[in-house]
This record gives sequence, structure tokens and C-alpha cells, in this order.
Amino acid sequence: MNFLRRRRAWITTPLLLAIFIYFWDLYCRLSGIHPFIVPRPGAVLDQYLTMVQTRALWEHSWITVFETSVGFFFACVIGIGGGAILGKVRWLEEAMRPFVIATQVIPKIALVSLFILWFGFGPEPKILVSTVLAFFPILTNTLLGVKSVDLGHKDVMKSLNATRWQTWRMLELPSAMPAIIAGLEVGVVLAYIGAIVGEFAGGTKGLGYLTLEYQNGFNAPGLFGVLIQLTVIGFALYLLILGLRRSLIPWHESVLVERPAVPA
Amino acid sequence: MVGVSGAAAPARPVEIDFAGVEKRFPTPEGVVHAVAKTDIQVRQQEFVVLLGPSGCGKTTILRMIAGLLQPSSGTIAVAGRDLWQGSRRDSQALAELGIVFQDANLFPWYSIERNVAMPLELRGVSHRERMERARALCDLVGIKGFEKRWPRELSGGMRQRAAIARALSYDPEILLMDEPFGALDAMTRDTMNLEIQRLWMIQKSTIVFVTHSIAEAVFLADRIILLSPRPGRIRSVTEVTFPRPRDMVVQTQPEFQDIVRHLRGELEDME
Ligand SMILES: Nc1ncnc2c1ncn2[C@@H]1O[C@H](COP(=O)(O)OP(=O)(O)OP(=O)(O)O)[C@@H](O)[C@H]1O
Ligand SMILES: [Mg+2]
Repeated sequence: MNFLRRRRAWITTPLLLAIFIYFWDLYCRLSGIHPFIVPRPGAVLDQYLTMVQTRALWEHSWITVFETSVGFFFACVIGIGGGAILGKVRWLEEAMRPFVIATQVIPKIALVSLFILWFGFGPEPKILVSTVLAFFPILTNTLLGVKSVDLGHKDVMKSLNATRWQTWRMLELPSAMPAIIAGLEVGVVLAYIGAIVGEFAGGTKGLGYLTLEYQNGFNAPGLFGVLIQLTVIGFALYLLILGLRRSLIPWHESVLVERPAVPA
Repeated sequence: MVGVSGAAAPARPVEIDFAGVEKRFPTPEGVVHAVAKTDIQVRQQEFVVLLGPSGCGKTTILRMIAGLLQPSSGTIAVAGRDLWQGSRRDSQALAELGIVFQDANLFPWYSIERNVAMPLELRGVSHRERMERARALCDLVGIKGFEKRWPRELSGGMRQRAAIARALSYDPEILLMDEPFGALDAMTRDTMNLEIQRLWMIQKSTIVFVTHSIAEAVFLADRIILLSPRPGRIRSVTEVTFPRPRDMVVQTQPEFQDIVRHLRGELEDME
């Protein structure tokens, strides 16, 4: 019983999905909409199952995942490193703030053209877009985390005569960790979007490119198939960060599980 | 003043020498005179309680002894060493100080045992030795069995015990406590006060304890320093000489009540 209550989502989620698919199918049948516009769920599933057996889908998927991962990696380095430094050095934060914001208010799609001009049609411009898009939430969250260390905790370190390095390692970094991870959760999704947007803009590889190709061929079931694949990969990336949350901050409210009553 | 007769113990050496110390805080609205020129001497193994209304500078005094705040003027010596060398704190004097704050201030990302042993970790003591010491301390303060838990899994009183264990971990000669039980209910508070007395008698440390509660002050103290506000200064000093260990029943004695009444009168005069 208890198990069921804790895993309620395991029942509700498939149920909601089933209801959604049922109404989708109902709509297709009753409205008589052309299957080129909205194919029936069964057709989409068939198409997707065919596609996953082709090498092409996995090659395109791999490219997208690769670009996303590398882009996200750089975003983490810039975001966490930059956020930590800016959080500790007040004047630098004030000096850099307009520039950081500038990278965010530029419509990224305009940058894509520039990156393609510089790097051609390989994975580099996609990685770059991915990084530019993803580093911002990571940086701002890290900054916030590093700056909002509890004063009482600081007093503890101070009264114990801790060195700056010890204070960073044992207080500031772990204290900022929940905020950093919240930044990573947003960041990984943006890195993914960045890679796909980059693929839209040019090149011949990746799921973004595949979407374009199906669009040009008026292949609606294929388009839906790619959409499913995109969703599956997106979920996988998100779950990865969720796993990170559980392993990096097991002490945090968002993770802590109830344990049996206290020993005597 | 009031108390049980007995030969006065030979005076022990002075452990905390707070000489002509004054504290002013510059703020945008003007300078706040938090503590007026004050002299306090605490002898080795003495239990001194700072008592006074809110804002009379108790925390400020304690933070100055702890080396967390630099006095505006005057000198502070701890265990015979000047706490401040210019604007640098003397690390050897600091090593003799353990502090328990009003909030336990445990690090939520470390288990209880790692929190308790943290001062030892900072000092580079080996892992094995640290964990042994942490276990012994958890036993001492009465939270045995909780070593592996996260701080948030413990009750407020237990967290405060862990904070006390952390302060004891490196055997400081002096314990500074700023309303450590302020957030606890009356019954837990009584228990904790008995515990503090027990620990103090085992460890033979010097304690400076801050509180709002008159009864708590009289129960714990060898000497009560009553402070008055704006600016904070010493209003009176009261010796309390009930024999140790004291139990809660001491509170029903007429002599105990006399001291409480007397202090309450003085506190009311301030308003
Ligand atoms: N950092 C600071 N900046 C400015 N004023 C301060 C600062 N710290 C304390 N004060 C002032 O100094 C005075 C004494 O404060 P303190 O915290 O020592 O009082 P307290 O006796 O501990 O009070 P409580 O019982 O409420 O804890 C107060 O008037 C307070 O406003
Ligand atoms: Mg205070």
C-alpha cells in the first residue's frame, strides 16, 4: 500500500498519457483531418518503431547528444567557475554584469549565423550556441548560491580559524550546491535546445536537421517520430541531472527521504 | 551575596581579561554605542552568566571574546594571550575558545558525526581518530545512535547537543554560549541546563553563558553579570554559591527565590 502511495506517479503518468492518446485518435477519426497534417497515433508509433531500427536515426541522435553534452560541459565550466569568481569578487561582478546580460538579450538565432560563418557546418557552431544558451542560468544560480551563505555558518568557520580554502571547500561550495544544481537542470534543457536550433540553421547532421528534412518532404509521421525521439532524449538528459541531485546533495530537502524512527 | 557558607576557594588565575573594552558600530544612521567601557574578568573554571534585557550588548560582548568582532578600544586577553595583534587574531588564543550559538549552525550537508568532528578536520586530525572522538562526544552529550544522521533529521534540542559536542571536540579551555537553549521548550531547557552543568564539571572548562532567563542564570552561574542597555554596561554582579552539582529542586529554596526576586527588581528598574 505504502509502496503504491509513494509511487503514485507510476500509475497516474501512463494513465494521463493513455487518455491523451485516446483523444488524439478520437480527434483524427471524427474530424476527418488529413493524415498528412495530423497522423493517427498508431501510424506515428509504427513510423517511430521503424525509424528506431534504422542506423540513420541513431547517428543523428548521437550527433545531437554529442553537441549538447560538449556545449553543456563548457556551460558548466563557465557558469560554475565564473559564478564562483563573480560571487567572491564584488567589483568584478558589477563590471561584468552588463556583458553577461548582453549575451542573453541578443536573439541567439542571430548568433548562429555568425558562428556558422566562423566555424562552417560542422558541430562547432552548434556546440557554441548550446554553451551560450546554457551557461547563463548556471552562472546566475552559482552566483546567487555563493553569495547567500548563512552568516551563522560563516561565524562557525571564522571562530574555528578556518583558512579561505577550507571555508570554500567545506562551507561555500556545498552551501551553493543546491542552487548550482537548479541551474544545471535549466541549463541542460537549454543546451539541448541550443544544439537543435544550431542544427536548424545549417549542416547535414543531427535531429534538428532531420526535422527540417522531414518537413521539406511533407513527411508528417516522420516528423512526429523525430519529435518522440527528441522527447525521449530530453527526458534522459533531465534524468541524468536528477540523478546528480540525488548523489551530490543527498542532504537537501528536495532529496531527503523519510527514514525509520530514531533509534533508542 | 546569598548562598551556602564554605571556605572561599583560592582564587584561580584569570582566563578571560576584558579590559576597558568598548564597542561602537558605525551605521548609516549614525554610530551605535553598543558597549560602554567595560571590565570583565573571568577566572579559570568559573561559570559566568551574562544577563540582561534585549539589546544590552550580551551578544556583542561574547562575539568580541570569541574574536568575531574587534573592539573599538580596550584589550581582550584569552588564556594570557592578547586576542588581537593589530587587526589579526591570535590563532593560539582562538584555539582555546569553543562557541555555541543560539542556532546550532550545524552544516546541513554533513552528517552529525562529521559536524561534530569538523573542528578536528580543520586541524588535520586523521579520519579514524576524528570519528572515534565524534562517537565519544555524541555519547557524552546524549545523542548516541544519531552519528550518521543529517542534522535536519534531529530535533532542536538534539541539534543543540551536537553543536555543544562540536565545540567540545578540540578540548577548548573556554566555552562561550549565546542563549544556546533560547529556542527550546521549558522542559528540554531544564534538561539541557543539567547537562551543561554536568559537562562543565567533567571538562573543568571556563564558561561564559548568555541568557535572558533569570532562573536559568541563577541555576547555572557562579557569578551573574547583569547588564543594562544603551549603551551596554555592567549594572551589578551577583555571586551564587549553591553547592554543586545543583538539581532542579534548588529552584524551590528561599535563597534561590531571593536572588531571582532581587535580579528581577533590578531588571524592572531599567525600564
Ligand atoms: N553589526 C551591528 N551593527 C550595528 N549595530 C549593532 C550591530 N550588532 C549589534 N548592534 C547593536 O548593538 C546593541 C547590542 O546588540 P546585541 O546583539 O549585543 O544585544 P543582545 O544583548 O545580544 O540582545 P538580545 O538579547 O536581543 O540578543 C543593539 O542596540 C544592536 O542594535
Ligand atoms: Mg543576543
